[in-house]
Amino acid sequence: MTEIFGVPLAVLSGQVMIGLINGSFYALLSLGLAIIFGLLNVINFAHGAFYMLGAFVSWGLLTYGGLGYWASLALTPLIVGALGALFERSMLRRLYGLDHLYSLLLTFGLALALEGLMRWIYGAGGKSYPVPASLQGVYNLGFMVLPIYRAWVIAASLVVCVAAWAVIEKTPLGARLRAATENPRLVTAFGINVPLMLTLTYAAGVALAGLAGVMAAPIYQVSPNMGSSLIIIVFAVVVIGGMGSIMGSIVTGLALGVLEGLTKVFFPTASALTVFIVMILVLLLRPAGLFGKGK
Amino acid sequence: MAEIRLKVEALEGWYGESHVLHGATFNVRRGEVVTLLGRNGAGKTSTMRALAGVMRKRRGSATLDGRDLLATPPHRVAHAGLGHVPEERGIFSTLTVRENLLLPPVVRPGGWSVEAIHGLFPNLKGRDSTIGTRLSGGEQQMLAMARILRTGCDFILLDEPTEGLAPVIVEQIGKALVQLKEKGFTVLLVEQNLGFAQSAADRHYVMEQGRIVDEFTNESLPANMGKLNRYLGI
Repeated sequence: MTEIFGVPLAVLSGQVMIGLINGSFYALLSLGLAIIFGLLNVINFAHGAFYMLGAFVSWGLLTYGGLGYWASLALTPLIVGALGALFERSMLRRLYGLDHLYSLLLTFGLALALEGLMRWIYGAGGKSYPVPASLQGVYNLGFMVLPIYRAWVIAASLVVCVAAWAVIEKTPLGARLRAATENPRLVTAFGINVPLMLTLTYAAGVALAGLAGVMAAPIYQVSPNMGSSLIIIVFAVVVIGGMGSIMGSIVTGLALGVLEGLTKVFFPTASALTVFIVMILVLLLRPAGLFGKGK
Repeated sequence: MAEIRLKVEALEGWYGESHVLHGATFNVRRGEVVTLLGRNGAGKTSTMRALAGVMRKRRGSATLDGRDLLATPPHRVAHAGLGHVPEERGIFSTLTVRENLLLPPVVRPGGWSVEAIHGLFPNLKGRDSTIGTRLSGGEQQMLAMARILRTGCDFILLDEPTEGLAPVIVEQIGKALVQLKEKGFTVLLVEQNLGFAQSAADRHYVMEQGRIVDEFTNESLPANMGKLNRYLGI
């Protein structure tokens, strides 16, 4: 059997695959965080909870509504986005004039409340969500076996990330978003409703988290704490990529996922630490992040 | 005499706790270019910001074409026809020249086409994909004016357009201002460069400590130079 550095190729590529899957979720989640932080200056600690909510909504649509994966993929981001908009309008926007710390605490509190609520209703145990029939099975690549659903997740999240980047960097809507990030008062004076933009941006950011939740449901267990275990790593990704940098969070998310996977092969004990070691190094050497411009 | 478009009465304004406008009263008629003159800190830019809705804590009254500007939400002021060219120019560093130009939404009919804008400011032509803040200061000033022309706003708040610019650029902007006046734009201008102010304006108000303290027509300005220089501390 083929080996690389004494590791069977199948093991290596298997871990790279797991790394890419994790990295896809890091990228999707840190992308939403970056968009929200860029415009609202809010460090959205509730992001993992919205991801978890996305998985539960998806599970609920199937269990109670009989709506399958594809319907859920379209509906869940809308539902989670609407909840996000409601939260922004009713609570979060009152804190914009204050120190970052207030919105951080509010969103952290929301995350705890949502997790507690779901644990109270559904218990701490995980629910399983079936892989949709059309994506069951595997591709045999010769050197490894690739489950079709995982290939789909990687491809779909890449497409979503690149599309989100293109909307922000290449369209008139994105230009408004960038301008409002830079100088919201002037953009307002031009006749653009910036408060509405803030609401929609928050909604879009958490809708991305909801979408990630739908895609994660068939891979990970749908459980109340699935978000909190992920979000800490995602925050590290955002710090490494550079706060507010869209491309930075996408590239960093995927790269760190793979790096984590590789560490599992060569030095398994350190794999959980990889991301944080990289974060420490980046903070020491390039405090604005790999893709950050600094302020 | 043309009708009054902007009518400002006893306008007061605050930055946070700091009271900077103390009852300014003046007006601008259709098609006029009117300047606010005064020393630094007299409240000229603050008046502009109060009218544009950038300054939020205000009292008194300000109407444009009969519409109450102080009661208009900040993102609707542009829809009243008021276009703001701020002192710092406000060119966005994350947007290209074209994105900067197309950023302000068209709020009324009668906005200029990009071709017409390039006709007035040829320097902006062919610079579409340049990052806005990579333009020279004069070009940024032109871009700041140009993007308002697209929106259909026909009342322009023009704050210190010549600040820090070379004489040849100042001349170009002066010519553009005269053309805008000929096309029927109404302009409220804050300007330190007296020569520039005289070349384009119909009337001049003098501000001191957040109030209007005097008014001159452009024709009477030469005869009152001594008085004006005392106001301006020249």
